Amino acid sequence: MRHTLSPQRYLILLAVMLTASVGDTMLSHGMKQVGPVSVTHLGLLLVAMRNPWVIAGILCLLGFFASYLTALSWADLTFVLPATAFGYVVVLLLSKFWLHEPGASSMYRWAGVVLIVCGVGFVANGPSQTQHEPVDPVEEPIRILTGGSE
Amino acid sequence: MMVAGGGETSVLETWVTIVTVAATAVAGDVLTAGAMRRIGDLDVIRAKAGMGGAIKAVVSSPMFLGGVLMMAVSFFALLFTVSNVEVSLAAPASASLTFMGNAFAAKIFLKENVDHRRWLAAVFVCAGVFLLSR
Repeated sequence: MRHTLSPQRYLILLAVMLTASVGDTMLSHGMKQVGPVSVTHLGLLLVAMRNPWVIAGILCLLGFFASYLTALSWADLTFVLPATAFGYVVVLLLSKFWLHEPGASSMYRWAGVVLIVCGVGFVANGPSQTQHEPVDPVEEPIRILTGGSE
Repeated sequence: MMVAGGGETSVLETWVTIVTVAATAVAGDVLTAGAMRRIGDLDVIRAKAGMGGAIKAVVSSPMFLGGVLMMAVSFFALLFTVSNVEVSLAAPASASLTFMGNAFAAKIFLKENVDHRRWLAAVFVCAGVFLLSR
């Protein structure tokens, strides 16, 4: 595996993190204004598309998608997703101080977020991409049959 | 379980919606990541063919379009979820489950080297999700 991230690529990961968390929070704020959506009234989801907060959230998530695709073109999926997990903390901060959700003050949730961030720290500090060796059509079946190592 | 709109949502309903978001997101992520691996480094493509060339390379991939379709399903599932469940639970929980599902799917389908460091991260995330649900 290789770990060759330039400062510009770390900025891409930062963009993935911020746009996802801010976009999710904007969507939540907008959907609270729209009201709860039930299975029998899924048409309300189309009404939600006219809410400014939902529109802003969608624009943020489009920015997320562009930076996410760019990151996936030079790093593993199992590197990109956890490397951007600090966004969970951003979501919890926004939930507490902007949306004023009562559950956001729970110590359990803060402890959970701390564990998630610690966990993803292991990944973020590791190699970013798996090197896939070209497979030899003659040698590979022999290696598998004989149980030989690479 | 408190809900955004002021009503009540059962624990089962809450987690069914969260798991649906995660499962469709994993399918979307794996398809998209597989497509981006086949396409190659976007920075290099953009340098050679410009932004238009990079966009064309991405949107002409059937695997990418399949991934986008699954992400769209996941997005509407997320809209449904955040209208019924607090975002401070729904967003991290679905994202964490997505991360764990991706670790397995990336190893199986994308043949990524999910080493001990990445599995250890999955354990931490599991514990974090458990605490988030309290």
